[in-house]
Amino acid sequence: MVREFAAVPAVVDEIPEAAPAEAHVVFDGVGKTYAGGVRALNGVSFGIRRGGVFGIIGRSGAGKSTLLRAINMLERPTEGRVLVDGVDVARLSEADLMRLRRRIGMIFQHFNLLAAKTVRENIGLPLKVAGVPAAEVRRRVEALLDLVGLSDKADVYPAKLSGGQKQRVGIARALVHDPEILLCDEATSALDPESTASILALLRDINAKLGLTVVLITHDMAVIRAICDEVLVLDGGDIVEQGPVWKVFGDPKGNATRALLSPLRHGLPADLAARLQPEPPPHGGHAVLALRFTGESHPDGVSLANLLALAPDAKLLHGGVDRIQGHAQGDLIVSVPVAAMRSAVGARFSPDSLKVLGYVAHDV
Amino acid sequence: MSPTMFDRYLRAFSETLTMVSISVAISIFIGLVLAVTLVATAPGGLYPRPRFNKAVSVVVNVFRAIPFIILLVALLPFTRLIVGTTLGTWAAIVPLSIHLIAFYTRIAQVSLNEVDHGLIEAAHAMGFRRWHIVRHVMLPEALPGIVGGMTVCVIAMINSSAMAGAVGAGGLGDLAIRYGYERYETEVLFQIIVILVALVTTVQFGGEWLSRRVDHRR
Repeated sequence: MVREFAAVPAVVDEIPEAAPAEAHVVFDGVGKTYAGGVRALNGVSFGIRRGGVFGIIGRSGAGKSTLLRAINMLERPTEGRVLVDGVDVARLSEADLMRLRRRIGMIFQHFNLLAAKTVRENIGLPLKVAGVPAAEVRRRVEALLDLVGLSDKADVYPAKLSGGQKQRVGIARALVHDPEILLCDEATSALDPESTASILALLRDINAKLGLTVVLITHDMAVIRAICDEVLVLDGGDIVEQGPVWKVFGDPKGNATRALLSPLRHGLPADLAARLQPEPPPHGGHAVLALRFTGESHPDGVSLANLLALAPDAKLLHGGVDRIQGHAQGDLIVSVPVAAMRSAVGARFSPDSLKVLGYVAHDV
Repeated sequence: MSPTMFDRYLRAFSETLTMVSISVAISIFIGLVLAVTLVATAPGGLYPRPRFNKAVSVVVNVFRAIPFIILLVALLPFTRLIVGTTLGTWAAIVPLSIHLIAFYTRIAQVSLNEVDHGLIEAAHAMGFRRWHIVRHVMLPEALPGIVGGMTVCVIAMINSSAMAGAVGAGGLGDLAIRYGYERYETEVLFQIIVILVALVTTVQFGGEWLSRRVDHRR
């Protein structure tokens, strides 16, 4: 398909050096201060790789919505530049901005489907207003309905659909112009867990099949874990950290990141915490250890033989290992007889971090 | 009922219908245009023009504030300019329309303002022109309220047209006042009340049916 945008003689700005060469979207010192003086973004700079799934996560008010909307200029930054394919989007004329927006699909938390139009009309409308002939609109809509698995719902109104189905219509509508970028604004936050999983799978599938760049914002780390390649953590309008998902999950640097990750982490269970003593009991007893695997040193998995070598009486009390982007990582809480622990740890077995949480008198 | 009296009823009925249908058609058209103008030029709207918006809003309020019977008299010179006379059915249509334009503008404006902002944002994101947003998003989404407002307008018009007798426009209300009230023919008064109730009920049910037909929100 010929990109209408290619014909536009737009000014191509030099790309900041900080951005990776294959960057599709580049933020260069982007800041936003609202009319009332509220500051949403503090001059952030980063690049979004072409063809990847890029996640932006943060708590409410972190500035992620402002950041996402700066890509298609639904919100204009007050400082800095946003470059899409090297073009400063703030400097586009109204007509060029419209062409840009047709290259960037967007889906929303509350779907934003037109209640007065059927599924077919909702998906076809962007083409209709762009002057595409009716037969072509029909053909394209059929193909998209098939892609999102809603061919049997073409002529119903959105009110008759479930949340997951509505989001599928939203996705089909967002893809109608064959975009290069898909923006997802909390796309699964209003959905039940089952629909969330199916929508995320669909997004991943679309990313793989169509090769478009997906940029999503969410407050849920599980969404990031499920489909993102790269994640950027935003807090109070600043970037906390950014990197491949497995790295950020395995070894979070910022407090905001740790707070966002805590629902997914295996912390110390309350009953165990209540029994912990700071010093080893006089007659032996067990040490309770927290082992953390970041995915760096044991990417293929945590060897059970090694775990056993820690001490023959070692016990796995709590924990879990996730495989993220091919890197096994997680937290394990184990108990080891105090006598065995001293010699074993370090010599035979080394997690990426080990912490003695405390001691218990008896076997737990 | 004597044949002459029957003729009077028939004439009054057709005069009421003429006044109501023509002024409703005029006012719904102009009222919708004004409502779209007000919503689009409001601060944060599609074409923000805050001062123009304020000016239009004040004019609409002026006409909303004037009681119809006073507007009827105050507009006499204007009416003469438009239809060439200050007497008869057509002379009543001018003030009736102006009265109703102001009323319907506000009703349609409320419906248009209730269109979810997310839909307008989505349309922007899809690269719609501003006019497309009005045409394909705002108007169709506000349609149930716009149609509901028409029902209210038609009924308000049936009411106001009773006062149009003051300029010799005739109609059912005028017949009721002249025969039923001034000539003490209570029977005529009751008969006209029955006709009016039937008319209003028909309009109400018809309007509700139409509103449901265009409402896909449930």
